[in-house]
Amino acid sequence: MADESGETRDLTMSRAMVSAIAHEMRENDEVFYMGEDVADYGGIFDSTEGLREEFGYDRVMDVPISETAYLGAAVGAAQEGMRPIAELMFVDFFGVAMDQIYNQMAKNTYMSGGNVSVPMVLTAAVGGTYNDAAQHSQTLYGTFAHIPGLKVVVPSTAYEAKGLMHNAIRDDDPVLYMFHKRLMGIGWLPAPDGPKTPVPETDYTIPFGSADVKRDGDDVTVVTLGLHVHRALSAAEDLADDGIDAEVVDLRSLVPLDTDTIVESVEKTGNLVVVDEDYRSYGVTGEIVASVADEALAALDSVERVAVPDVPIPYSRPMENEVVPDVEDIAAAVRRTQ
Amino acid sequence: MAGVSRTVLTEMYENMVTARHYEERLQEEYLEGKQPAFDISAGPIPGELHLAAGQEAAAAGVCQHLRDDDTVTAPHRPHHVAIAKGVDLDRMTAEIFGRQTGLGKGKGGHMHLFDPEVHFACSGIIAEGCPPAAGAGLAAKKRNEDSVAVAYLGEGAIDQGAFLESLNFAAVFDLPVVFVIEDNDWAISMPKERVTDVENGAKRADGFEMPGVRVDADDAVEVYEVAGEAIGRARDRNGPTVIEVQVHRRMGHFMGDPQTYRPEEDQEAAAERDSIERLEAALRDYGVDDDAMETIREEAHERVEAAIEWAKAQPHPEPSDAYEDMFVNPPSGVTDSEPDFDLAGGDD
Repeated sequence: MADESGETRDLTMSRAMVSAIAHEMRENDEVFYMGEDVADYGGIFDSTEGLREEFGYDRVMDVPISETAYLGAAVGAAQEGMRPIAELMFVDFFGVAMDQIYNQMAKNTYMSGGNVSVPMVLTAAVGGTYNDAAQHSQTLYGTFAHIPGLKVVVPSTAYEAKGLMHNAIRDDDPVLYMFHKRLMGIGWLPAPDGPKTPVPETDYTIPFGSADVKRDGDDVTVVTLGLHVHRALSAAEDLADDGIDAEVVDLRSLVPLDTDTIVESVEKTGNLVVVDEDYRSYGVTGEIVASVADEALAALDSVERVAVPDVPIPYSRPMENEVVPDVEDIAAAVRRTQ
Repeated sequence: MAGVSRTVLTEMYENMVTARHYEERLQEEYLEGKQPAFDISAGPIPGELHLAAGQEAAAAGVCQHLRDDDTVTAPHRPHHVAIAKGVDLDRMTAEIFGRQTGLGKGKGGHMHLFDPEVHFACSGIIAEGCPPAAGAGLAAKKRNEDSVAVAYLGEGAIDQGAFLESLNFAAVFDLPVVFVIEDNDWAISMPKERVTDVENGAKRADGFEMPGVRVDADDAVEVYEVAGEAIGRARDRNGPTVIEVQVHRRMGHFMGDPQTYRPEEDQEAAAERDSIERLEAALRDYGVDDDAMETIREEAHERVEAAIEWAKAQPHPEPSDAYEDMFVNPPSGVTDSEPDFDLAGGDD
């Protein structure tokens, strides 16, 4: 039952995510969690910390290293009306189970003429910045937002993590919930300032397709998501010292995409910078620019894209720092629009 | 120990003590800059580091039979196998330290080591080294060469499609491949009995009508004997084999793993069951005395120290190096050399 006290507490992003899952599991016996190392370990990135202790192994299931089997099993259980949450430990592991994601989970509702519902959540850890190299550092936002039939959400703070998770579990369609490792507040992977926020004790939902203006500004619109919300906010502070007033829009969901909020901002500022930790080509940055061009081409004075320049994520620190957009890259792109 | 020479035992010992010392030294290097607060992205070796202390017998016993032109694929915990396969230790170490002269010029890191000189590769994705190993076997068969391929995987990987599909592929085409399962009891935090239906992973072979052999102790000599038969069968074109070797994970899954899920008795048992001590006993039976073993250990330690010292003296990559090596033939973006075909059909 919802807590009406209006109380909040400061939570890390992982605690906020877990609190939403635990709440939904208490409310609904049909919600369960499957993944590798989600029971005793509590999730390599703390995504299930404490859940096994409360709900037991039957509802917080360690599964074989068989992503095709357990992601596909989640699809099947969801189609029977349960509400499974399945976790890809790293989004990079999608390849071994892509058919279940791309051809089953995403398409069954459509191919059944809307007669089959797949009310599952696929959680996946994304992102680099800690030198884990090309098979463990991708974000792949574009890969999953590209396929029709998946809702794709990306929390940037604890507040978003909880509200988006409540909504994801209650949604009757498959939702891909992509959480950035660097934001979770894990002891061994320190988070920047920002993702730890006050979080209401009560349950609440953040609607999909509602971008959030994290900083108001008049000179330029910076559209981003995940970790790069925080990097963009840092860049905006630096730019403010130079008299450049940047607005920072946190997408929060890629599918559906809140084009209205972006267009409204661009119509105010005239300048658009899109920042993405995914690869540059055929991805989020191009999609956002194209969407704005469709609706408000006349309002666009300048456009910049900041993304990984189409190379796999390199291991060694100088090279990873080069290709993953940082605060300076964002600030430089903003300056080019002025 | 029929058929095992003193030379073989000694060489396996060299490999194993090199690998053990290597992991212990990397652990020290890795923790530099990560204490007291453990930050995985800090220090001279950032990122995940999966060390193989306690698994040396599975590497040495198998690779002792291999030539440079035999292929080995290893998973995310690859150092002991790389050492036994003869991967360039200096350049491998430079890669782990992210240096420009590393095997992958700093692009790959410790889970992604490639040394084509000795046909070695590894991948950070569970079981995904199995299909490429089958492919190396396929190439050998097509070219009528007698090289073989060995795919290493952990016991957690035997439930993965890539492994099971590779077994069928290797079996149906009679490929010269040996699948070596290193059973260290733990898939990160998941004990084998919770997630896998069989106690003996070598039984996976049964469904594909190929031999499957389990070595219950991490005994390098027994591994050597079992592997000799399997690799001989592969070289003689008699098809693939699965071998499972019981090994022990003396450290966490990755450095920084708190191992709170793991009973203390299990960690103590892993520390006690030492394949290196077991091999030392065998060496004594062959008349190799403790002084001789001490000399081997000292030489191994020197080799490891030299590799680490060399690696740490190597330059870091330039940031702009990130843009190199995307393709062997970088696309020019210009197609002016395209042949001028007459697609409408000419007179000839």
